[in-house]
Amino acid sequence: MSGGGGPSLMDSLFQRTLDDLIKGIRLHLPGAAQSSFISKSLDEIRREIKSTDSQTKSTALQKLTYLHSLHGIDMSWAAFHAVELTSSPSFLHKKTGYLAASLSFRPSMDVLLLLTNQLRKDLSSTNQHEASLALECLSVICTPDFARDLTPDIFTLLSSGKNSIRKKAIACLLMVFSQYPDAVRVCFKRLVDNLESADNVQTLAATVGVFCELASKEPRSYIPLAPEFYRILVDSRNNWVLIKVLKIFAHLAKLEPRLAKKVVELICDHMKQSEAKSLVFECVRTIVSSFYEYEFAVKLAVVKIREFLLDSDLNLRYLGLQGLLLVAPNHLWAVLENKEVVIKSLSDVDRNIKLEALRLVMSMVSDDNVVEICRVLIGYALKSDPEFCNEILRSMLSTCYRNVYEIIIDFDWYVSLLAEMARIPHCQNGEEIEFQLIDIGMRVKAVRPELVRVGRGLLIDPALLGSPFIHRILSAAAWVSGEYVKFSRNPFEIMEALLQPRTNLLPPSIRSVYIHSTFKVLSFFLHSFLLPGKGVNSSLSNFVDIEPGFTYSESEQEFTEIDHATSSSGLNKRDTFTQEAVVNMLTLVITSLTPLAESHDVEIQERVRNVLGLAQLAQQEISCNHDQKEKMVDKVDLKTSIIIRLINDALSEDFGPVSFSAQERVPVPNGLVLEENLSKLDSLCADVQLSISESFSLVKPILLPTDGDSISNQQNEEESETSPAESMSLLAEHRKRHGLFYLPSDHNKNASSSFPPANDPNQRDNDVEDLVKLTEESLVLKRKPSSSRPRPVVVKLDEGERLPITVKKTDENDDLISGAVRDVLLGNEASLRSSNPSGRRKGESHSKDKVENSETGNLSKRRSKHRNHGKNVEDKEENSEKSKKKSGGRHKARRRADGGIDVAVQKQVIPDFLL
Amino acid sequence: MIRAMIVINNQGKPRLSKFYNYTPVEQQQQLIRSIYSVLCLQPENVSNFLEGSSILGPDSRLVYKLFATLYFVFVFDSSENELAMFDLIQVYVETLEKCFSNVCELDIVLNYSKMHTILDEMILGGQVVETNSEKVMQAVEEISKLEKVTAATKLISKSASLLWG
Repeated sequence: MSGGGGPSLMDSLFQRTLDDLIKGIRLHLPGAAQSSFISKSLDEIRREIKSTDSQTKSTALQKLTYLHSLHGIDMSWAAFHAVELTSSPSFLHKKTGYLAASLSFRPSMDVLLLLTNQLRKDLSSTNQHEASLALECLSVICTPDFARDLTPDIFTLLSSGKNSIRKKAIACLLMVFSQYPDAVRVCFKRLVDNLESADNVQTLAATVGVFCELASKEPRSYIPLAPEFYRILVDSRNNWVLIKVLKIFAHLAKLEPRLAKKVVELICDHMKQSEAKSLVFECVRTIVSSFYEYEFAVKLAVVKIREFLLDSDLNLRYLGLQGLLLVAPNHLWAVLENKEVVIKSLSDVDRNIKLEALRLVMSMVSDDNVVEICRVLIGYALKSDPEFCNEILRSMLSTCYRNVYEIIIDFDWYVSLLAEMARIPHCQNGEEIEFQLIDIGMRVKAVRPELVRVGRGLLIDPALLGSPFIHRILSAAAWVSGEYVKFSRNPFEIMEALLQPRTNLLPPSIRSVYIHSTFKVLSFFLHSFLLPGKGVNSSLSNFVDIEPGFTYSESEQEFTEIDHATSSSGLNKRDTFTQEAVVNMLTLVITSLTPLAESHDVEIQERVRNVLGLAQLAQQEISCNHDQKEKMVDKVDLKTSIIIRLINDALSEDFGPVSFSAQERVPVPNGLVLEENLSKLDSLCADVQLSISESFSLVKPILLPTDGDSISNQQNEEESETSPAESMSLLAEHRKRHGLFYLPSDHNKNASSSFPPANDPNQRDNDVEDLVKLTEESLVLKRKPSSSRPRPVVVKLDEGERLPITVKKTDENDDLISGAVRDVLLGNEASLRSSNPSGRRKGESHSKDKVENSETGNLSKRRSKHRNHGKNVEDKEENSEKSKKKSGGRHKARRRADGGIDVAVQKQVIPDFLL
Repeated sequence: MIRAMIVINNQGKPRLSKFYNYTPVEQQQQLIRSIYSVLCLQPENVSNFLEGSSILGPDSRLVYKLFATLYFVFVFDSSENELAMFDLIQVYVETLEKCFSNVCELDIVLNYSKMHTILDEMILGGQVVETNSEKVMQAVEEISKLEKVTAATKLISKSASLLWG
């Protein structure tokens, strides 16, 4: 008996039980001691599990299952032993085997095949607990094969006399359907019959539960069953059942308005009468999400929501807020009515409640009240813990950004709000604020003066440089200050702020933005000094005038034609920059940046050298000319002036927002094959790499002049020939030609254009003017005449700007299930419909199959034919119309075939009192 | 449907875990850990919901109740009612109370398979099949009887084989 090298009798006598194992684990401290104990136990288990004694084996498996489930130990190697134990005559061992199987089996395991027969045997066991074990296991590890092979057995259990088995079989069906949609054809009728099982509430609850799941995936198919559900809604007094039926109606009512009309009063009755909060809440949820057109019902629901909101139970309060959030999209009044509670909840101790309240507050935001709400929220953010504070800021930022700042009218206010957010301690939304500051700068021209003012406020505060959270925002502030320096009242001050000593606290990437901004400020400064009246001075007049409350809208025109405008007033203001100021600035730049010219960060080093090069050149020439400072003509002729003009041309063009889809819209140039095999390049690349590794120098490695290379070499030469000044003017030209957008539509269809048009010429949406018109139109529609100032133009690209939202696709299986359900429910109706010849042919061929099958009388064979059906459906499902016609034929076929068998689907009588 | 039922103690040790959709055990452990990491930060006297979608994917909700040292956690989707899930936790704990009078964590630790038996009587395939703790108890007792019968016969046969084997 104890033969073989395996476990001995001693092993089984002195085997550790599960209790011993658990106690042992508890005795060992977590960590090394415990894991060594576990691995020792595992060794024992490996030995014991091979025992021929099923008691020993069972205990070993029990221990292993425990370790697997709670300690994550792999037990796939023991799968066979689990299968073995399920066939044990002992109930305890069988149970152990099934528990192990349901907790550890993977759908891909080969060993599953061995379980089919045992499952079938146990499903038909007279012992209801054995059948339960099989059902439980099947409900977890069900595979298409199991589902196909065991459908008849489950079908039998659906009308079992024992309620405990019937309800479990029903609950198990859901898994079977999802794995093998054709099971619906067999089992659906009996499942529907169970809706009438008034004798046992749990059976009914399980049935309704299954329909609830099915309807949540594809509600349309279950509309014919509405009368049944209606009856249950009237008769049942069980809250579990009612909740599920309500959920079903929530799905159905969206599709069938007439149904909603019938049910809504009934739901209201339940809502009024029920004592159970769960049912009341479900009624509320159903009404506000699916029956929101019925004013009286919504009103009642809102009353109930209010009761929830005022309850002392936090869970109910939380759900009340959730309910309110569901009402909000269609009945905002309900939220406004409960405004105080919602606002009060913002300072609740409970995080869930706070978050839900925040969502509600955000749902109330509109262009009328955004200012007020944001003011309140900033107040709360300051009072809240850091985590919630950031949550508030995050939702404010995302709400305001929605649809490209749809709700923002006063951008000056919004920009200063962003600055205010930046100054909140623990603000961790720097990245988003950075993005929005720059984004607004690019999109909304009218706000730029204010943006520069706000940026200045952030830049000149040395205290802010100490907080790492704010660095990203400072980077944005530095960028706008440089880019839009022409609106600055005091460029010298900006320059000082950009060069203040504490900037060494910034990370290199942001510091280089600072330095690049000094470059822009400097070139602007020099330009205004050296070349007054050439371009920028129109704004030069403005910066003197700009006051904090200055409204820029009336000079809109000037902005759009800024490059061509030559305002005479600028000349008068020229002396804002005296020679002295320029010399001072140059000294400041040179003294502050010279130490950085040796920076280890290449980005900083490079930019610093750019700035220094310009500054030193200017310093030389300007101090030389110090004596003849009245001679304007000389200034224009200076080398600096020429360079400055070029630089300024390059910098003066606006940056525009870039559409997310811009890159996709670049057409592939002729002759470029994207999917071409690049293997030919291998030999080439090998050469290149070799030459680089051989001699590492700054000189371009000389490539072997192969066919492909000569062209690229030529190009390289061409590129290297263009001087920096030339490339700058090229860039400026490029910017000019393409207006605001990097990749705009090419309207004149200039074939010789070296830049391929990024946009499809048909897509006129991109046209700025069109957009301006569009936004203006929508403004006219929306805006009330009361608003004091017009909303500035916000540059908005096409829809593609926002990332595409992936549409939720229904599971293929769900389609199959609902297809099958429709066949079963509406089959007869369809068969009466005149089917086209092809459909009939299809049906006939099937019926032939069927007749053959019914003659053989072999159940399993017939099942396999069902499977074929499934495949057919799958194949043809593409064309729904076709499949509808087909279903008629198919159904006819099955009726004929299944004639005498109990599986036959009889005509479903659908009373139409509801529809 | 109900996606999972988990019992964790306040030290983060799982005492029972049952997933109703196939979930590899490594992923189960990972989920349990991340659930616990949120649970242990929950202050007392707050609502018993957790934001589930960040941990468990879209359309998942999570409720829990703390009894003495144990968190009872249910994960489910929009086909279940949140308050009903609280009731279900209540039913489960009531049943435990009936099984082991004055139930404590040690009872739960040492009766691992019984915990599963009780749960399986209440939930099958993610669907609630019984909510009456009396009936659950009745079934559990029947099952224990069946287990004992076979265990006893085994013991006899084993001692017999010892004598004559």
